[in-house]
Amino acid sequence: MNYHLNHLKELEAESIYVIREVAAQFENPVLMFSGGKDSILMTYLAQKAFYPARIPFPLLHVDTGHNFPEAIEFRDKLIEKLGVRLIVGSVQEAIDKGLVHEEKGYNASRNSLQTAVLLESLEKGGFDAALGGARRDEEKARAKERFFSHRDEFGQWDPKNQRPELWNLFNGKKHFGEHFRVFPISNWTELDVWQYLHTEGVELPNLYFAHQRDCFMRNGVILADSEYITRRPEEKVEKMMVRFRTIGDMTCTGASLSDAASLDAIVEEVATTRITERGGRADDKRSETAMEDRKKQGYF
Amino acid sequence: MSKHDMTAYENMELLRFTTAGSVDDGKSTLIGRLLYDSKSIFEDQYEAVRESSERRGEEDVNLALLTDGLKAEREQGITIDVAYRYFATPKRKFIIADTPGHTQYTRNMVTGASTANVALILIDARHGVVEQTRRHAIIASLLQIPHMVVCINKMDLVEYSEERYNEIHDDFEKFASKLDVHDISFIPISALLGDNVVDRSEKMDWYEGSTLLYYLENVHIASDHNFIDCRFPVQYVIRPNTDEFHDYRGYSGRVAGGVFKKGDKVMLLPSGFTSSIAKIDTFDGEVEEAYPPMSVTMLLENDLDLSRGDMIVRENNVPRNDQDFDLMICWFSDKPLQLRGKYGILHTTQDARCIVKEIRYKMDVNTLHRDMEDQTIGMNDIARITIRTTKPLFADAYRKNRITGSVLLIDEATHVTVAAGMII
Repeated sequence: MNYHLNHLKELEAESIYVIREVAAQFENPVLMFSGGKDSILMTYLAQKAFYPARIPFPLLHVDTGHNFPEAIEFRDKLIEKLGVRLIVGSVQEAIDKGLVHEEKGYNASRNSLQTAVLLESLEKGGFDAALGGARRDEEKARAKERFFSHRDEFGQWDPKNQRPELWNLFNGKKHFGEHFRVFPISNWTELDVWQYLHTEGVELPNLYFAHQRDCFMRNGVILADSEYITRRPEEKVEKMMVRFRTIGDMTCTGASLSDAASLDAIVEEVATTRITERGGRADDKRSETAMEDRKKQGYF
Repeated sequence: MSKHDMTAYENMELLRFTTAGSVDDGKSTLIGRLLYDSKSIFEDQYEAVRESSERRGEEDVNLALLTDGLKAEREQGITIDVAYRYFATPKRKFIIADTPGHTQYTRNMVTGASTANVALILIDARHGVVEQTRRHAIIASLLQIPHMVVCINKMDLVEYSEERYNEIHDDFEKFASKLDVHDISFIPISALLGDNVVDRSEKMDWYEGSTLLYYLENVHIASDHNFIDCRFPVQYVIRPNTDEFHDYRGYSGRVAGGVFKKGDKVMLLPSGFTSSIAKIDTFDGEVEEAYPPMSVTMLLENDLDLSRGDMIVRENNVPRNDQDFDLMICWFSDKPLQLRGKYGILHTTQDARCIVKEIRYKMDVNTLHRDMEDQTIGMNDIARITIRTTKPLFADAYRKNRITGSVLLIDEATHVTVAAGMII
């Protein structure tokens, strides 16, 4: 008798279980979609969870207006293929309406403005559960996140008062106005994600693969040159062979020098690399507990 | 990773283990060594931790800071919550549920233990078996962690003495004979110097067993699930309502026990109707059999009305179908357990209510002593209680199946999880 699953199939089974649990326990869930590989993985797993039916909830993209054009193009194709509804929460609109104020200066980023727009979009849609592709290995504040993470009526996270999670029993009970953030791929590492995308042959935006791009250096991070960033006089643009390990806002997503142009090469690179993927995220470098501070406010 | 390894990862297994201990028994050092020696700590993480340690005026790099990421934890230098850490070797991917050791955090230990294959218990060779060792072992036994590895640490501080090792080994074994543990291994190590952690020690020729990493990579976990008693709690019903899948009605869920095969005669609970499995479906196509912990969708021959909370089992092997249960519970809330109180109860995919009919005894988690008098069950207490549920649960004894034998109790006013329960 040899009934066993390999680690990727076991992680997949766990994630599918959690995704189905959301569809069963909540009335109006939504999947937060950033365009990055983790949220692409999430849509892929959701597709598996409900096959042959369609994913029974919409996708929500909080659009900073500072996206990589390639990411948006990919998003729209994916939506069409899945046949699901896309809701876009626009940061630009929120700025225009005066709901939030744009940061100024060289390091200006719309990252922190996403929180207000996300919370507004969740409230407007009446969503009681928001699925996200966060992983515990990503960042230390996320290491203590639950699969089912309770949020109060202000969307805040109380890390010291989390519900214990045991076995595969998930308590999604809540009061009116409160909601849950749910993280089905909590137990995946960056390497697991790439190995899985590789074995499954999942399609990804070309930003993840090595390509020539106009970039410049800031605080040791390679940033893509774009109309959304004001360069300092000494910051010179150069053509570099790069790929992105995460995809976020263009203003704060760092690239890494790489010639990994295929999933094969990426798995190999990730397996041997010595820097975490968030090492290139300027938004995490603001303070030691930058992520926890943002999460408490309701950040994804 | 070479081209050869690229396919090797497709044969990797997942192993979950739990550790518990206090700051000074070398737990952080041991985990740090496993992560560091298996190259699972990244340079930027290590650098950040080194800088924080330095800012705090600590001499060594404090690896606990890797996951003690919450502000309060960093300020107070304690671990508040279960921290999950990940590392992998070419053979296995490991998930460590790292829980703080102090008495008041029994609830975290129980949480970490609930999904673990292996309990890693650390003993300081200078101090031997102490209260905390016993507590951790009792919880591991209560939660039915299938394997236990006892690491006798700081061997370098007792001159790598075989005699001292044997003394502790015998002490622990004597105590463990009172527990419900079936597979115990002992390893003498020095986490600080690396003896028998990843590499064999040159200082302990008298020890012929494996290193800790070898143990973790090879301990037999393939039989940790129950493959005998078929249990499939229906989680969600899939009805596509499309032209292509017009009459499709699939019962999706995760196999909680046994091996289901296409064509098997099955019984449905609570109705008691019988049918047979027409198809076991997944996105990747039909499969011939489904076993734990697979997530699949079952299609039945007959058009029967099944919904979430129902269970598919084999006719000749049914679970208890009952409303009265005895539970061992671990209490999580600062509001004590109410005798005759009503709570929400979650079991597999069922959601019911229950009343606490009796508090039978409170168990001392350090000595196993049963206190029949004390009826006050507060935070971190372990107790045996009797409940009655509002509707029947399809359940097994926890010893037989950790999935169909476990429940959560929920406070009906706050919706907070107040207890974890194991069916006796």
